[in-house]
Amino acid sequence: MAEGKSIAVRFSNVSRHFGEVKAVDAVSLELFDGEFFSMLGPSGSGKTTCLRLIAGFEQPTGGVIELHGRNVVGIPPYERDVNTVFQDYALFPHMTVGDNVGYGLMIKRVPKKERQERVRDMLELVQLPGLGDRKPSQLSGGQRQRVALARALINHPGVLLLDEPLGALDLKLRQQMQIELKSLQQRLGITFVYVTHDQEEALTMSDRLAVFNQGKIEQLGTPAEVYERPQTEFVAGFVGISNIIRGAAAQKITGSGGAFSIRPEKIRICPPETPNTPELFSEEGVIRDVIYLGMHTRYLVELKDGGDLTVVEQNLQSTSMDVLAAKGRRVKLMWHKDFNRPIGGGA
Amino acid sequence: MTSSPLPASTSNIAPSAFRRIANTFYRHPTMTLILMLLPILLWLGVVYLGSLSAMLTQSFFSLDGFSGRVIREFTFRTYNQLLSDASNLDIILRTAGMAAAVTITCALIAFPLAYYMARYANYRMKGLLYLGVMLPLWSSYIVRVYSWRLILAQEGILTWFLNGLGLGGVLNWVLSIPGLGGSSLSFSYLGVFIVFVYIWLPYMILPINAALERVPKSVIEASADLGARPGYTFRKVILPLAFPGVVAGSIFTFSLTLGDYIIPSVFGNSSFYIGQAVYSHQGTAGNIPLAAALTVVPIIIMGVYLLIARRLGAFDAL
Repeated sequence: MAEGKSIAVRFSNVSRHFGEVKAVDAVSLELFDGEFFSMLGPSGSGKTTCLRLIAGFEQPTGGVIELHGRNVVGIPPYERDVNTVFQDYALFPHMTVGDNVGYGLMIKRVPKKERQERVRDMLELVQLPGLGDRKPSQLSGGQRQRVALARALINHPGVLLLDEPLGALDLKLRQQMQIELKSLQQRLGITFVYVTHDQEEALTMSDRLAVFNQGKIEQLGTPAEVYERPQTEFVAGFVGISNIIRGAAAQKITGSGGAFSIRPEKIRICPPETPNTPELFSEEGVIRDVIYLGMHTRYLVELKDGGDLTVVEQNLQSTSMDVLAAKGRRVKLMWHKDFNRPIGGGA
Repeated sequence: MTSSPLPASTSNIAPSAFRRIANTFYRHPTMTLILMLLPILLWLGVVYLGSLSAMLTQSFFSLDGFSGRVIREFTFRTYNQLLSDASNLDIILRTAGMAAAVTITCALIAFPLAYYMARYANYRMKGLLYLGVMLPLWSSYIVRVYSWRLILAQEGILTWFLNGLGLGGVLNWVLSIPGLGGSSLSFSYLGVFIVFVYIWLPYMILPINAALERVPKSVIEASADLGARPGYTFRKVILPLAFPGVVAGSIFTFSLTLGDYIIPSVFGNSSFYIGQAVYSHQGTAGNIPLAAALTVVPIIIMGVYLLIARRLGAFDAL
């Protein structure tokens, strides 16, 4: 999808060091116009600092940041065509919802009548019609979230930055907002840069995503690429469930050695006497733990040759009684050889 | 499920008296609250409001000019006397004017420092500044006032310093301005003003600082993010959110200046302030009703001031 698209944000070797701490360390990346891009990583991985570098709240200690081809190093936030949805929403508590949303237009001296119309349209877009006269303190968390979104979108920014915007919402609301955000982004065609530590959220919403660790990008690609072909041990562990086999067990299973990862849903649990087939890898073990999760069940299997694997099976036929009874059972794990992912660096 | 892995239940052991009391408090939060509030309610209700109403009552009595005794009958005569005497009005205006000038100056000086403390100072610096602001409050008020006498006196270090800079002429010119100067800095409105500002400044810095500390950094960033230059952010976001702190500080500086009688008597020329007038009426003159009526004046001024502050929205962000 890279070809023919203009570049909205470009990092060239960008670093942001705080004394000894390398919050962002020589990161290079290109975000395309109109894409939904996620920065995924644990806290302290540098993803939020990257976002703040784009917004202009932080200045890089090295490298060049370009927004639509313009070098913005040294340019303050108020002169960048970028708006932010903050993690804590950062609504102005002394202003009404309408004044919050219209703040950007007020700065641009948009006449009052036009401003009111656009605020009304914006509140309708985020499904909060008629709440313009309330104070932010009178709104629920989900509503504040929408106000913050409307306030950031009213300026028609070239890039919208979202810093864990759904972090404070409960699961149901979060899932609903994920869908809404995605469809809003597609409708408006604005580049979204979305910071999150929730891998499921990143996989659901993004066109592309970057996995951050210790100030560097571990992997950048589409959700499918990152999930199915994790390039490092860190990515394999952080996106999805960590299932890494190394050492003697890896040698025994693949015959060639070298650490690899395997996704838990790709593994089948079979009786120990199942015959091997050439297209499948197999390994015997004992089920040490069973975690019943309603829709599916997670098994922790201790392998005969060392290490353990997590296996996830859908509860298509089985009941909770069936699956819990599997604890302690000797089994053979089998999976297609194509699903093995050799792990390179990061180990 | 035959044996419980938990230790034997402790519920059958008789609780100690101490624990029983604690449990009673826990079960009856309202009672606990009443017990905690009782001392302060007694103090505020009986001692404080009691003396305040006694004073108010006194202001509606009058003094018999011949016998010098207080006539305990309800009358407006004392207020009449207070308001019809031009010198009393003079005192009230002078005091209120001084309080307003001191308050505005304190706010202007305090805000930048409070802002720096809240937004920029690191942990160490902040501690040092808090210490610097509070340290004067640890020494006696009288000592601080008199030390300013040494600074402001005709042969004091400020005059010496200004002469050394060749600015002695400027000082003399300032002191010659009527309504501002006097024979020397220590006997002038300006001197009184300087000492008032110095003495009450901490009471302005601390509330403004507290208000600014409560303004989240992200709100200021959001304003810049939406296109506001720093000046705009200051006017539309920081100042409105810090305004309750400014008002709280101004209540301190304004009311403390209205009531003070030591600084004007140490530094002023012969013109009185409310505090001095009250002091002399209740002391040497023995005119308790007039002293009480004069004391009501700052209360009314403060009441009006708070009403205006509320109109301005000072308490909206609380």
